[in-house]
Amino acid sequence: MILLKNATVVNHDGIKKYDVLIDGDIISKLGENLDALGAETIDCEGKLLFPGFIDMHCHLREPGQTHKEDIASGTAAAVSGGYTAVCCMPNTTPPIDNAALVKYVRERSAACGNAEAYPIGAITVGQGGKTLCEFGAMKAAGAVAVSDDGLPVGDGAVMLNALRYAKTFDMLVISHSEDKSLSAGGVVNEGENATAAGLRGIPSAAESAAVARDVLLAEQTGARIHIAHVSTANSIDIIRAAKKRGVKVTCETCPHYFSATDDEILSYNTNAKINPPLRSQSDVDAVIEGLADGTIDVIATDHAPHGADEKNKEFDYAPFGTVGLETAFSLAYTELVRNEKIELTELCKLMSYNPAKILGLDGGVIRAGVRADITLVNPDDELTVDASLFRSKGKNSLFDGWRLMGRIEKVFVGGEEKII
Amino acid sequence: MKRKDILGIKDLSKSEITEILQTANGFRSVIDGKERRTHLSGKNVATLFYENSTRTRNSFDIAAKTLGASTTGITASTSSVQKGESLIDTGKTLDSLGIDAIVIRHPVGGAPRLLADNVKASVINAGDGMNEHPSQALLDALTAQRHFGDLSGLKLVIVGDIKHSRVARSDALVFTRLGASVTVCGPYTLIPDGIESFGVTVDTDLENAVAGANIIMPLRLQTERMNQAYIPSVEEFHMYYGVGLKHLAMAADDAVVMHPAPINRGAEISGDVADCDRSLIQEQVKNGVAVRMAMLYLLLQGGAK
Repeated sequence: MILLKNATVVNHDGIKKYDVLIDGDIISKLGENLDALGAETIDCEGKLLFPGFIDMHCHLREPGQTHKEDIASGTAAAVSGGYTAVCCMPNTTPPIDNAALVKYVRERSAACGNAEAYPIGAITVGQGGKTLCEFGAMKAAGAVAVSDDGLPVGDGAVMLNALRYAKTFDMLVISHSEDKSLSAGGVVNEGENATAAGLRGIPSAAESAAVARDVLLAEQTGARIHIAHVSTANSIDIIRAAKKRGVKVTCETCPHYFSATDDEILSYNTNAKINPPLRSQSDVDAVIEGLADGTIDVIATDHAPHGADEKNKEFDYAPFGTVGLETAFSLAYTELVRNEKIELTELCKLMSYNPAKILGLDGGVIRAGVRADITLVNPDDELTVDASLFRSKGKNSLFDGWRLMGRIEKVFVGGEEKII
Repeated sequence: MKRKDILGIKDLSKSEITEILQTANGFRSVIDGKERRTHLSGKNVATLFYENSTRTRNSFDIAAKTLGASTTGITASTSSVQKGESLIDTGKTLDSLGIDAIVIRHPVGGAPRLLADNVKASVINAGDGMNEHPSQALLDALTAQRHFGDLSGLKLVIVGDIKHSRVARSDALVFTRLGASVTVCGPYTLIPDGIESFGVTVDTDLENAVAGANIIMPLRLQTERMNQAYIPSVEEFHMYYGVGLKHLAMAADDAVVMHPAPINRGAEISGDVADCDRSLIQEQVKNGVAVRMAMLYLLLQGGAK
């Protein structure tokens, strides 16, 4: 038994000071002045206790690209970032497009014993955009959603059928909404900075137009859709309006879309080469507004680890993506909570409660009787991000050297304290 | 000059630009007299070209040799680059070979900076993607300066494919810095988003744009960088944006035509304009050697690095 004394417990619906007793893998009691004979006692005065964070969107690169990351290193990085569960995208080599590979990820996750890894299966076979995968079998094997992340389904009719077929199994479709005909060849956000740097631009409509299509297809079918890594003001407006109409749409953004603008590319820093690209200040402002008013449901990382040599290249030749698992909380806490854009309860919603609810996973709350997936944070500790110390194999962090507030102190997965 | 590299006009101060132009102007007599100098004897200059080039590469080569340096040429298609060697590894190899300056042309914006950050040798950008072409802009500025005496108050009109042009960007930066006003002209498909931040005026009407212009600079269509339908046909492009004698007539009385070349007669420029006595195209070529001599001289003979 572990007794967390005087913790400030942050749930989606309120904050209260409690003692929290962990018994085995369960939170057995929550109350004031708890005492438990023989329990290891941890003083949590001044610390925040969150339901373990759940990342709806990361890349663990296994199988096939394990020089970038694997399930062991990725889930270890997750724990260090305060995550007790992560969902990994299927754009591996080969893609996770069948039940056997889904099962493989679940088994590796259990063997690694860090954060839980829940696979997201592909929408189409080989992420080829043509033939639907076996959603039923993949769900039975442990897939929590389907997505063709990175290689969006271009054909509208295939996407329409994917949504209808997913609805049959109450499977969540996560859409990387991007019109590739508009983004082709681009490496950064189209605009003043792309022009100044002489780099090819991706118009923001490449995302917004695809979001519009996918939201309308979800409305047509009545299926659930979750829009991944939303980054433009227009995407957020489209989703806000769709939610008002009752469309079953949720969405996520990532820390880099509320913490950074495309000014970062002016130095040709390839860690700022991300897809969708870092946008303008007005888009960043719209993302923060969407987080504050609840249009955006989730903060996900889109953790995209790459080898150092792969990123240390000419800008056009470097792959897209920044790692994010080990910085997401501190960024969200610093940029959103400390800057008084959102409340702590809302941060809990964005990083724990809503992901659990959208994915249909247990967790996301701290109360008696639930699995003890919890994260203890020291909110007043300042840290300087040092990517070389990451547990992720990917050191390609946009945030290397940034000074942030809020340090992860302890993480319990199923009642077991993990090394962070 | 207290810098290791020249990567773009963006990074240069006005006094550095002036220093290069003054030095280059002094070197013009060396070129005109077909003389040789020994300022850079014992120095090794490599040209590392990942894109085709005749003019710029030869110009740098002649500039280096005129100052007594020895030169080495590496072309991407014939080197170990084809065997998969990275830019950084190629740069390190050149360092080990004792190269003092690398003149690089590359299809990706920012590539010269990546090289410069990873080698001891001085790096000169000879054109990177759609980003910058500083030696071209400096030779254009020198040509205009030698012709008009001073750039301040002049009006430069750059017409054609602005979107894909590193020359347009570098010229806009250097001419505005030296007090000229710059208008860029072309159909909206060839005007890059946010180009106004370079301090230029955008005008899609060529006849309107050239009114009062002292310098008209047509740019060729960079079809090698075009992956989409930017213009319906060369014919229509020439009809609206091809510079002809009538445009020279509409411009200022003293107006001249400059062109970074290669020129495409009947596209962005009509043949009679290219050949007329108000064309400074051949003068640009001579000044190109002088400017490149100055860049090499100031970097390799300059102060502490």
